[in-house]
Amino acid sequence: MKVGRVVGTVVSTINAPVFDGRRLLVCDLLDAAGQPDGTYLICVDTVGTGAGETVLIIDEGNSARQVLGMTTAPVRSIVVGVVDQMSADGALVVDEG
Amino acid sequence: MQLARVIGTVVATVKAEGLEGVKFLIIQPLDRHKQPQGDPVVAADAVHMAGPGELVYFVSAREASQALPNIFTPVDHAIAGIVDAVEETRGVPR
Repeated sequence: MKVGRVVGTVVSTINAPVFDGRRLLVCDLLDAAGQPDGTYLICVDTVGTGAGETVLIIDEGNSARQVLGMTTAPVRSIVVGVVDQMSADGALVVDEG
Repeated sequence: MQLARVIGTVVATVKAEGLEGVKFLIIQPLDRHKQPQGDPVVAADAVHMAGPGELVYFVSAREASQALPNIFTPVDHAIAGIVDAVEETRGVPR
C-alpha cells in the first residue's frame, strides 16, 4: 500500500461504466518523510475523503476490485483509508490530530 | 490511473487475434500539472470517443483489457475516460 495526499479531483462524463457515480481523486504520493515524491495516482474513492487529507492507497488490481465488489473492472488504484498519524525513523511525519 | 493527452492514432490491418475492432491512439502520459512525463505509448480506446488533443485518463497492465468489452483483449494500456476537468484543491495547508 502507499500513502498519498488528496490534491484534486478528476471530472469525467465519458468513461468506462465502472466509474459512473464514483469520485476520482488525484493523489500525490508521499515518501517516508511525508513529503510528495513527485509522482501521483488517480484513485477511486471508497471512504469519502476530502481535499488535503492524507490517505492510504491500494495500487494493486485484484485487491482494488475486491474492495469494490467487482470481479472485472479496469481499476487498480483506490483510496481505502484516511491516515491519522504516520511515523518513520522515530519521527512523527503525519499528524492529522 | 494517470492523465494523458491523445497525440495521434494508429491503424493496423494485420494484428493479433482479439484486437479486431479495437481503436488505437497514441497518448503522451502527463504529470498532474498536465506536463509531459515519460514516453508516449499506444493505448486502446475503451470509451470509443477519444480523439487527438483530448485529455484522458488511462489504465495500464492487466487492468487495461478489463476496460474493454472482451476482458482478455491483448492490450497493455487503455483509455478509461475523457477528462472534463481536473479540479486542483486550493488552499491546502502544509
